[in-house]
Amino acid sequence: MQFFLEVLIGGLLSGVMYSLVALGFVLIFKASGVFNFAQGALVFLAALTTVGLMERGAPGWITGLIAVILLALAFFAVKPRKGAVAARPDWRKAAVLGGIAVASLFIIGKPLPFWVAVAVTLVFMVGVGVATERIVLRPLVNQPPITLFMATIGLTFFLEGLAQAMWGANVRGLDIGIPDEPIPWLMERYDIQVSSFDLAGAGIAAVLVAALALFFNKTRIGRALRAVADDHQAALAVGIPLKQIWAIVWAAAGFVALVAGLLWGARNGVQFALTFVALKALPVLILGGFESIAGAIVGGLIIGASEKLAEVYIGPMVGGGIESWFAYVVALLFLLVRPEGLFGEKHIDRV
Amino acid sequence: MLYREAGQFRTSYAEDQQIFPIRQDRIAITAFLLVAFIAVPLVANEYWLKAILIPFLIFSLAALGLNILTGYAGQLSLGTAGFMAVGAFAAYNFELRLEWMPILLSWILGGLAAALVGILFGLPSLRIKGFYLAVATLAAQFFIVWALTKFPWFSNYSSSGVITAGKIEILGYVFDSPIEKYLLVLTIVVLMALAAKNMVRSETGRAWMAVRDMDVAAEVVGIRMMHTKLLAFAVSSFYCGVAGALYAYAYIGTVEPEGFNLDLSFRILFMIIIGGVGSILGSFLGAAFIILFPIFLNAYADPFAHALGIDLPPGMTSNLELMIFGALIIFFLAVEPHGLARLWQIAKEKLRLWPFPH
Amino acid sequence: MTAQRQTGEPVLVVKDVSLSFGGVRALSNVSFDVREHEIRAIIGPNGAGKSSMLNVINGVYHPQVGTVTYRGVSRHRVNPHDAAAQGIARTFQNIALFKGMTVLDNIMTGRNLKTRTSFVEQAIWIGRARREELEQRRKVEEVIDFLEIQHVRKTPVGRLPYGLQKRVELARALAAEPSLLLLDEPMAGMNIEEKQDMCRFILDVNEQFGTTIVLIEHDMGVVMDLSDRVVVLDYGKMLADGTPDEVRANQAVIDAYLGVKH
Ligand SMILES: Nc1ncnc2c1ncn2[C@@H]1O[C@H](COP(=O)(O)OP(=O)(O)OP(=O)(O)O)[C@@H](O)[C@H]1O
Ligand SMILES: [Mg+2]
Repeated sequence: MQFFLEVLIGGLLSGVMYSLVALGFVLIFKASGVFNFAQGALVFLAALTTVGLMERGAPGWITGLIAVILLALAFFAVKPRKGAVAARPDWRKAAVLGGIAVASLFIIGKPLPFWVAVAVTLVFMVGVGVATERIVLRPLVNQPPITLFMATIGLTFFLEGLAQAMWGANVRGLDIGIPDEPIPWLMERYDIQVSSFDLAGAGIAAVLVAALALFFNKTRIGRALRAVADDHQAALAVGIPLKQIWAIVWAAAGFVALVAGLLWGARNGVQFALTFVALKALPVLILGGFESIAGAIVGGLIIGASEKLAEVYIGPMVGGGIESWFAYVVALLFLLVRPEGLFGEKHIDRV
Repeated sequence: MLYREAGQFRTSYAEDQQIFPIRQDRIAITAFLLVAFIAVPLVANEYWLKAILIPFLIFSLAALGLNILTGYAGQLSLGTAGFMAVGAFAAYNFELRLEWMPILLSWILGGLAAALVGILFGLPSLRIKGFYLAVATLAAQFFIVWALTKFPWFSNYSSSGVITAGKIEILGYVFDSPIEKYLLVLTIVVLMALAAKNMVRSETGRAWMAVRDMDVAAEVVGIRMMHTKLLAFAVSSFYCGVAGALYAYAYIGTVEPEGFNLDLSFRILFMIIIGGVGSILGSFLGAAFIILFPIFLNAYADPFAHALGIDLPPGMTSNLELMIFGALIIFFLAVEPHGLARLWQIAKEKLRLWPFPH
Repeated sequence: MTAQRQTGEPVLVVKDVSLSFGGVRALSNVSFDVREHEIRAIIGPNGAGKSSMLNVINGVYHPQVGTVTYRGVSRHRVNPHDAAAQGIARTFQNIALFKGMTVLDNIMTGRNLKTRTSFVEQAIWIGRARREELEQRRKVEEVIDFLEIQHVRKTPVGRLPYGLQKRVELARALAAEPSLLLLDEPMAGMNIEEKQDMCRFILDVNEQFGTTIVLIEHDMGVVMDLSDRVVVLDYGKMLADGTPDEVRANQAVIDAYLGVKH
């Protein structure tokens, strides 16, 4: 019994971490209808960037390149354009972009302390998110969802290549200062081993999820976002700036990826295999539905727990390692019974 | 006027229904086959045959398989490499366990085994679509590789599932030189491509495309959804399975399940996106591109960087490769969703008028 | 001026059909029949449940209650494939052609139920499969000639203007040589000339091939001209059923539909 509880709790806690990655998918899917396969690559990129910055600071050539691009963008933001009546010089945007460009030059080659590295990574991830929205998704708007999906597979390759081009491919450890030991009082009181790291990770994930839920429900942008999710055309008609919303969502997805990357990276080491962890979010989404934050959480818990239990109780019978596919099979079987997901509504194609 | 159709009147439906109704196409195909069967073996050296032409043909076949499923029947699959693995391991086991089994038959049986597994993992497609289905095919990918690694029977109890394909012997004749292997693979691939072309231009192909374009309307005209989708999975997986068997027997010889990983599935998907979704020709063009490009990059990236005074760190070319592939995929999807095959068609239309555009 | 047509026994009987989507009642307790060789119109305001009715007849939607009987076969849940196999073909309100295919291929799909060869024979493309394909092609060319769309045969359907697309959809339905044809607003969005053409085609189909037709149409002039009998739906309920003249004189219909819309 104790053992069962231990496995169950461990599974649930790692399930929370799956939920965290799944959340990134849900955010983007809700706002733009894109199933972003590259969420895993974002997680990898975020974790690797933080570690890399802590180890040896920003790499010269790429930072230089980014700075040049940012300066160019800043320039175009204020350059008066011919013909464009409404386009006034946007000094604020130029200042932000220029500021980031100049600041980035100062961190080249200097190992950064943890929190500074995290902050820099956050700015970088937001940039990546916004750039993705601009360069990848905007030209593909109005294409069938499956085309967008394949484009994000392309994006996955690009980001994985970029991450390793910037930081190399070695496995690295990441210490975020949370010990990975059994929690003493649970040990003494109930004789159950639960890692403090898992608990803290789950806590952080829970806070993030709560924050996002608040953001969606209470802020003006969040409400606009939900309107967009419900009906793009209508949202445009009432004057919600779709493009700005999309950029915000991609930035938020970048942020979620950063948190997930730090937690997973600290847990399993920062390495290419992180992208596979992120793939686990897919069955989570199938269970929970692509559009529901609650679904992502519940789905994550179910997948996490059932996967661990299966590994422990069924695994030995078939030679172990079933974690690699068990989640998918659970999701598949589930789909056969309820194709609309746990929280989705059944709908019949209109003709 | 190089590519003029005018003056070629088709006077019967039989003529119009030929596989290549335009005369220039027939000439081009014949010339191409002559080159492939006669000129190439005369001039190609061992490196070209072994490292480029044979894999090119095998991957073309796999891409063709995926294109049948994704391009024609509209069911996105991320498990292509898994189905190849089934083909390879099944063929190996038929060879190993049944002494009398002719090699060609064991390849066909390998394909059929893959087709069965394909049908199994295609079942969810009856209820789900789009990326839901893509996730289901990911299950196939991971499950197959896991099963082949975990159950030692599949690899005859070798360590970590590695198998070594035997020699290729047909009617007492041993195909062991690269030229012989090349010709054998070429023959198989040409025949299977021909069969694929025939399928997609007859009722079978029309049913696939109808399901792809509008499933409700397809059902209403009487197309059986289950039969059509599962047939697409079966035929597609058969092609991938045979490609997998050839991969093991005619290309690298020693394979392990991990060799058929998700990355390979993605690469084959990229072949059809770049080559042309829903095009037989596109499968070949895409395979050529994805095979040749890394070779090109490996050969020229370092010297080029040197010329600019930069030293590329080790592993950089493979990262560049990932980035360029990724960027190209996005580019093609946004700019030319029908890939290289469509570009070729546009070129043909231009040639039709050249040199006198009206 | 109702068409003078020799109609026979009822071939299609819809009985007590009710269908709802969540809270929306699309059809409640609808019953009517369609006689052999008849042109039967279904009219009603927007959202009345007309399209849903056709969808129930050929099995795209499954009603919660009721049965559909076609030529003696009575079903509660029709499956679209069985409906097609029994000779029911249709067109859709919002064109449902196969976008990625040419006009010719689209129409050829209409004949898929007449195909006897297996995919293996088709892959080898000799003998039977080839002969069959040519035979299908010949039949399809007859339909193409009938509907006068020879000039666009090889064009991808997506590139055709709207009116022609509607005609190709009709061609696809006709290629199946149906005994019952369901047409969902075949003339919506057409100009006068295109409408006249379409009316002529519908009448010709009915006369030359003896096809029974169920037709949804908003243009009352067309309905009066073409149909033998009319079913009127409103908010999913049957409002009236009778000849065009009877329906036109019906007070409930005038209030609910004619009075409002025209
Ligand atoms: N697949 C579906 N899912 C949910 N509701 C549906 C569906 N199909 C139809 N409805 C609803 O059923 C009702 C009847 O719709 P239907 O399309 O049958 O009307 P109609 O008479 O054809 O109208 P129109 O003249 O606009 O074509 C409407 O309220 C519609 O919103
Ligand atoms: Mg309607």
